[in-house]
Amino acid sequence: MLRTATAVGLSLLLTLGTAQAQTLRFGLAEDPDALDPTMGRTFVGRIVFSAMCDKLVDITPDLKVVPQLATEWTWSDDGKVLTMKLRPNVVFHDGEKFDAAAAKFSLERHLTMAGSQRRGEISAIKQIDAVDDLTIRMTLAAPFAPLMAQLTDRAGMMVSPKAAQALGDKFATAPVCAGPFKFVERVAQDRIVVEKFEQYWNKDAIKLKRIEFRPFTDNAVKLANLKAGQLDIIERLAATDVAEVKKDPKLKFASIVELGYQGITINTNNGDKAKSPIGQSEKVREAFELALDRQAIVQVVFNGEYQAGNQWLSPSNPNYDKAFPIPKRDVAKARALLKEAGVANPVVNLMTPTTGEQQQLAQVIQAMTKEAGFDVRIQATEFASSLNLAEKGDFEAYLLAWSGRTDPDGNLYNFVACKGPLNYGKYCKPEVDALLDQSRTTTDIEARRKAWNGVAKATLADRPVVYLYHRKWLWAATAKLSGFTEYPDGLVRFANMTLN
Amino acid sequence: MTAATLDATVIQSPLKRALRRLARRRGALVGLAIVLVFVVLAIGADVFSPYDPTATDWMAVRKGPSAAHWFGTDEIGRDVLSRVIHGARASLMAGLISVCLALGLGIPIGMIAGYAGGFVDGLLMRLTDAMLACPFLILAIALAAFLGPSLANAMIAIGLSATPIFIRLTRAQVQAVKVEDFVEAARAVGNPPWRIALRHILPNIVPALMVQGTLTIAAAIIAEASLSFLGLGQQPPAPSWGSMLNTAKNFLTQAPWMAVWPGISIFLVVLSFNLVGDGLRDALDPRHRG
Amino acid sequence: MLRFLVRRFAVMVPTVIFVSMIIFGLQQLLPGDPATALAGEERDPEVIAHIRAKYHLDDPVPMRYLRWVGGVVQGDFGESIRIQQPVSQLILEKLPVTVELALLSMLVALLIGIPMGILSAVKNGKVADYAANAVALWGLSTPNFWLGIMLILLFSVELGWLPASGYVPPSEDLWGNLKAMIMPAFVLGNAIAAVMMRHTRAAMLQVLSSDYIRTARAKGLVERVVIFKHGFRNAAVPVITLGALEFGQLLSGAVLTEQVFSIPGFGKLIVDAVFNRDYAVVQGVVLCTATAYLMLNLLADIAYVLVNPRLRA
Repeated sequence: MLRTATAVGLSLLLTLGTAQAQTLRFGLAEDPDALDPTMGRTFVGRIVFSAMCDKLVDITPDLKVVPQLATEWTWSDDGKVLTMKLRPNVVFHDGEKFDAAAAKFSLERHLTMAGSQRRGEISAIKQIDAVDDLTIRMTLAAPFAPLMAQLTDRAGMMVSPKAAQALGDKFATAPVCAGPFKFVERVAQDRIVVEKFEQYWNKDAIKLKRIEFRPFTDNAVKLANLKAGQLDIIERLAATDVAEVKKDPKLKFASIVELGYQGITINTNNGDKAKSPIGQSEKVREAFELALDRQAIVQVVFNGEYQAGNQWLSPSNPNYDKAFPIPKRDVAKARALLKEAGVANPVVNLMTPTTGEQQQLAQVIQAMTKEAGFDVRIQATEFASSLNLAEKGDFEAYLLAWSGRTDPDGNLYNFVACKGPLNYGKYCKPEVDALLDQSRTTTDIEARRKAWNGVAKATLADRPVVYLYHRKWLWAATAKLSGFTEYPDGLVRFANMTLN
Repeated sequence: MTAATLDATVIQSPLKRALRRLARRRGALVGLAIVLVFVVLAIGADVFSPYDPTATDWMAVRKGPSAAHWFGTDEIGRDVLSRVIHGARASLMAGLISVCLALGLGIPIGMIAGYAGGFVDGLLMRLTDAMLACPFLILAIALAAFLGPSLANAMIAIGLSATPIFIRLTRAQVQAVKVEDFVEAARAVGNPPWRIALRHILPNIVPALMVQGTLTIAAAIIAEASLSFLGLGQQPPAPSWGSMLNTAKNFLTQAPWMAVWPGISIFLVVLSFNLVGDGLRDALDPRHRG
Repeated sequence: MLRFLVRRFAVMVPTVIFVSMIIFGLQQLLPGDPATALAGEERDPEVIAHIRAKYHLDDPVPMRYLRWVGGVVQGDFGESIRIQQPVSQLILEKLPVTVELALLSMLVALLIGIPMGILSAVKNGKVADYAANAVALWGLSTPNFWLGIMLILLFSVELGWLPASGYVPPSEDLWGNLKAMIMPAFVLGNAIAAVMMRHTRAAMLQVLSSDYIRTARAKGLVERVVIFKHGFRNAAVPVITLGALEFGQLLSGAVLTEQVFSIPGFGKLIVDAVFNRDYAVVQGVVLCTATAYLMLNLLADIAYVLVNPRLRA
């Protein structure tokens, strides 16, 4: 009995060994949504796109913009015209030529297609012209510094005009781009398969033959599949599993600080729920922040793997404002502030996602702030409901993560500008809005930093958002994988990756 | 002696007999003892637990069993022993109350359907079928949306979703029993339907219901875990065994003690309820000659 | 018998309509709104308006219900808002997987549950009885996700005998398919086996203590015949009811088990759809599983009648 079982096991290992050569099996944390760069809205979707769809420009791990489908670009002096030279001899997966007309088509599709998720990102573009076969010119209504950063992501992805016109809003069922891998098939919630595109402009850098993306929503299961050899790489490893992966000689580990943040949005100005002690009193909010020990939070909940932070950018980001370091925990001062505010034991209803990690985080926050006199009540709310409550202003405090954008504006404007669509607490300060606009209309980084410094001075004192920490993108892979590079946007560049 | 006391003795004596029979079943007694221990622990949780079950200790996160923490500590440094003791409260309540709700609704509806037959049966069974066909989670989320997430609402959701099983089971049993000779005989001598239902049919369907009931308690304790997972069960930081197990699965290789104790507790309680259920089944069975 | 069947089929139609109304109505009660849930991180108001218009979310509920039912009657179950694929395609993809898993699990449950139940009833109060009980209850008191992860850690990570995931259709690779299905089917079947075992035991005990069994024994029939022919046949009624109910529940998706073993069945599909407020998917899948479920109930009722001919009257 045991002998046959072992024999079966051996033959199984042998078959697995041959079948997986140069097929990368990628464990995603969830199932992506529509595979159309114009309609896509999930982070996991972007990982799949990074295999299929090249962009006009890309970023380096230290966030510099570098050529991809566009080889060079210039801004006009008034910051309103962007001219890009396109890479010659590039074809889409269906053999169609990539040229200025195709680039214009893709950008206009992002701008005008009904339900486009990209429109808001590049709505500054007023007109697109194909100057010649390989030159494209974008004219802006007003200078908009974050545009380049947007073109490094989905808004800069180019799709085949022929396929897009043929498929219309069904493009997601058979996407055709100009990236290193072409779409083969998708079985919802099971797998997405792509294979190497032999006419890719940079095909020599592509060593993998095939990639199979498979969703695993449970962290423990995802890791078990990697260890059992069903997967070659997994994204978003749980922070508490890092030590285990590092110990395993058959596995590799990689990590980099994210562009986003985890914070608590406080309802200061949106409806009746803003009438809470924490919503009304800046002193109570300050006391709340002083009651938190961010380093301990990161240590306890995430084994010290994440990075504590107090701004919309992580302390390791070049645009982090060093004038405002992470405040030290000071329970005595927090108590004193609460006394001044006239509420010794304020109740704070904290709307929390239902995931285990977030619940754990909320419980740690609850325990820490209790020492200063706060009574934090955790309201576990599943995601779709919480969004609705947030928009209606039916919350006091909302534990919320933001995945982050390459340009700092993407972490800031929508959250603290008076009309920002993600400003759930309806925080509104005209002087903050003025500074934000200033930061958007100049491409000079020093001028932008000066404006952000003003924003920091105001918002870090008013605390419409209490920033807590910055996650790290954590990957685990089989030791056989080489050529993997971490990028702070959490996406994967498949060029030069090999399985030995 | 008044009629009332006379009735009381008549009703009491079979119960006494049943209890006497129950006392002879060793397994049932052991089960009963374990259930009682947990009930006492649940009621006196504040007295028995060495620590506050929600008190965190940053210096002792996921530490193994020690003299200070017999069962170790959990993911944010809370005492696992104290949480297991307090968790008994939520889990026993989730199991017992939801099953009582399901029995309270299921038995009468099932008896009416099975006994009445015809149009009434048809209507009730269509309702039951439609309810059964709606997945548990949708029902639970909709309920939680109405009432707000809490342990009580989780129990209502679990109870309601377990009800159709009891309706179907009761009805099937009633249909099987109502054609037996002794029911025919009772009807023939002019007993009213409610009396036949209570005196002749109910005792005969109790064994199957008892078994299903004790099993459902177990399922309900575990269902509470799934609901906690969706944020619809016991609200943190208060513990339940199910939510403890749920968290523990993320730390299986690093902190196995987090899983072992709530796991053992669930197993013991489930086993005990079933032993008691067996004992009751034997003791209540009017035809049992053992 | 034929009339019985026709009548039962006729009764199913209103039940299905009833289910469709309940499921449609329940979804309207869910807090949250698909347009917001699916509008992406930025929640551009124009995107929200587009989704609302495209999926007619602003129409009155009865109109939306009728539009949906009208489509379903013509075989159009609508489109998933989240992944923009037709719901009917999703159902066709997942249905065979779910059915296979349900069948295999039931097989495991019956193979373990019924023999153990009979054994335990016949050896009532003896060591074998307690042992069978303890084993069955262990299965029942272990949450599925828990047992599943333990099995993966043992058989996939430690021993490397079975794949931790990787469902393949049986038509492509039957052996590979079975290898991927063994563990999930065992996890699901194991829990149901406990229920089966307990009910078989209870029913058998009741039957074995009844008069006609004593008569059969008095007639000097062999014990084996008494137990199986006279005993189990009569004990089968509650076992069949529960078997059908459990099977029906397997069809609406074994959510956690499917998740742990990455089996692409209904359970995962429907839960994700609920959380994403992907109405068309929830409605389509529930309608489909509900219909299958009702069919099973019908089969169970037929089985009753066959087992207990006295009900035919």
